[in-house]
Amino acid sequence: MVDSQTVQLEPITAADGTPLKKKLAQALFRSRVRAVSLVLPLFAFVMASFVIPIIALMWQGVYNDTFSSYTPNLTEKLKVWDGMSQPDEAMYAALVVDLETARADRTIGRIATRVNQEYPGTRSLFTSTARKAKKLKAPFKDSVIKTNKKWDNIEVWRAMKITSQDLTPAFYATALDGRYTANQGFVSQDENRQIYVQLFWRTMMISGTVMGLCLLLGYPVAYLLATLPLRTSNLLMIMVLLPFWTSLLVRTTAWIALLQSQGVINDLLVYVGITADDARFSLIYNMTGTIVAMTHILLPFMILPLYSVMKTIPPSYMRAARSLGATPTKAFIKVYMPQTIPGIGAGGLLVFILAIGYYITPALVGGQDGQLISNMIAYHMQKSLNWSLAAALGGILLAGVLLLYWAYDRVIGIDNMKLG
Amino acid sequence: MAKLPPYTSTGEYIWHYTFRVICGLIFLFLILPILVVLPLSFNVEPYFSFTEGMLSFDPDAYSLRWYEDILRNGMGAPDAPFGWAWLSDTWNNGQWMRAIRNSFFIGICATLLSTALGTLAAIGLSRSEMPYRRLIMSILISPMIVPLVITAAGMFYFYSQIQLSQTYLGVIMAHAVLGTPFVIITVTATLVGFDKSLVRASQSLGAGAVTTFRKVQMPLIIPGVVSGGLFAFITSFDEVVAVLFLASPEQRTIPRQMWSGIREQISPTILAVATLLVILSIILLTVLELLRRRSERLRGITNS
Repeated sequence: MVDSQTVQLEPITAADGTPLKKKLAQALFRSRVRAVSLVLPLFAFVMASFVIPIIALMWQGVYNDTFSSYTPNLTEKLKVWDGMSQPDEAMYAALVVDLETARADRTIGRIATRVNQEYPGTRSLFTSTARKAKKLKAPFKDSVIKTNKKWDNIEVWRAMKITSQDLTPAFYATALDGRYTANQGFVSQDENRQIYVQLFWRTMMISGTVMGLCLLLGYPVAYLLATLPLRTSNLLMIMVLLPFWTSLLVRTTAWIALLQSQGVINDLLVYVGITADDARFSLIYNMTGTIVAMTHILLPFMILPLYSVMKTIPPSYMRAARSLGATPTKAFIKVYMPQTIPGIGAGGLLVFILAIGYYITPALVGGQDGQLISNMIAYHMQKSLNWSLAAALGGILLAGVLLLYWAYDRVIGIDNMKLG
Repeated sequence: MAKLPPYTSTGEYIWHYTFRVICGLIFLFLILPILVVLPLSFNVEPYFSFTEGMLSFDPDAYSLRWYEDILRNGMGAPDAPFGWAWLSDTWNNGQWMRAIRNSFFIGICATLLSTALGTLAAIGLSRSEMPYRRLIMSILISPMIVPLVITAAGMFYFYSQIQLSQTYLGVIMAHAVLGTPFVIITVTATLVGFDKSLVRASQSLGAGAVTTFRKVQMPLIIPGVVSGGLFAFITSFDEVVAVLFLASPEQRTIPRQMWSGIREQISPTILAVATLLVILSIILLTVLELLRRRSERLRGITNS
């Protein structure tokens, strides 16, 4: 009797004696490790060649040590300066010492460019004073100002104070048409220098227009494809898929051939007599060209998700609505349309996300007023070499795109993304 | 909708045909730009528009000179007699020929890399045991979503610091990253309908993990892998932004050559290349369609 009470419930064991619970945990852990080890190579690859480079670039948008690394003495002095009082003799002395070494090390160009980004028109001030720096005698304040009166301008010193800070919000301020100043904090840029906010708006507007046009053109086509018998719709599907698979540059070239002033469409209009030979429409190298070409290029991205949603809507719903007395229009709006909303969302978001970052087509057919924010980023990356500003502009664009991507994942789920 | 029911009213008849006309116009909008390129590439004049001779089907208004130019452009001695020396000249010095070689080399390397890594990752991601599945998936798909300019600028900035920019390896890595999302999406889509009991059946019959994968899983997911690979290839083949930022003149690809063609010296040679690319995309599309049918047949899905 005593025996039976002390006997405890033995845990169930596997064949080798370990408890089943532990064994199961081990097995689950092993299969988890197996799954992770399958994903790991790609994850590491994407991290190393994609995510880290982008993070490194974005870091440039808030961190720039060009000035401080080449002018150590001056940076030291600027750090303690309040930005309000007149610069003192010690600061001028530090300036002369740093300019002299910068000239000897041939780094003066970089310093001048960096300050010039913050306070345009000061580039030659630095290079010319650096050339004379060797001969300057104490008191430095007077002798420096004698070389160029601009050195008396406190704004130059404030600009230097801003550039001497490695971690700076100045580039983001510039990207949003503002300026970060040493004495007033954030102020908005002069009216005639404000370009970026307007460019962001234009990018949004063009993307929105392209999205709207894609929906307008894509919806009827997707509806037709979804309601036709499969044999016919498969055949018509080729007309959607062929542009989808054709090179982007081929399609852009084709639009140049069609839309340019001596192109096919203008020739046709002149031939028909709608316009005179000397009054041809300018359809390309402006915003119209960008919108038309982008709509054509992104239309398949709208049609395919719409089609796959419409395919699942049973035609009997419409018939039921009709038999209950609804007019065709009413049946369509009340019964059919609400069921296609997931497709509209998926296609619309996808088109908008892709349009907002477009670069190639605007660069080739956009002319002046068809440029998007991407073109400005490329300009600062390749031409003006203001990488920090490019990073700041890119940071804002990336934030917007990631927000939309997050929304897409929430609403539709990236697993449901379909191609072709 | 093949035949309208007898109770259709006149208004509906009219709407039915108007709707078809509208759709026809939209299809025309989709396909016309691509079709227009084809005849224009045979233009004898160096213009992008139809000449009067072309419209009246005068044989003299058509020529193959722009196709010849693809071969000749950049050659050392373009007028030398045709022979082995001429062929080796065009192979080694022709600008377009080099672009074509580069495009295929970079495209094939990038495709192999992204298909291999992407397929493994898709298999891992489709297992329910995978931790943080959704987050990792969205990171791996993100190269498709992040604006190309940002991607290319970031790579340019980072790769120049580790001496990878202006090398073939740098461009291949960039293109492989851009191609992986397509591989993941297509392979995951084939795995969704995958019957897990097939794996268990194979294991119960004594097959090891490798044999099961090779003999049971692989044949079923291969259509997805191949179509993902085709997507990755066309992505690389069509990609120009990363090439603009990362490549030196030595690594110029076809799109890069077209880009400078459009910007600098607009000539119908571009249209001739475009025609060849359209033919290539028709071939790829056909292959993809055949693969889709094969996949459906294998999985026992029949068209209704």
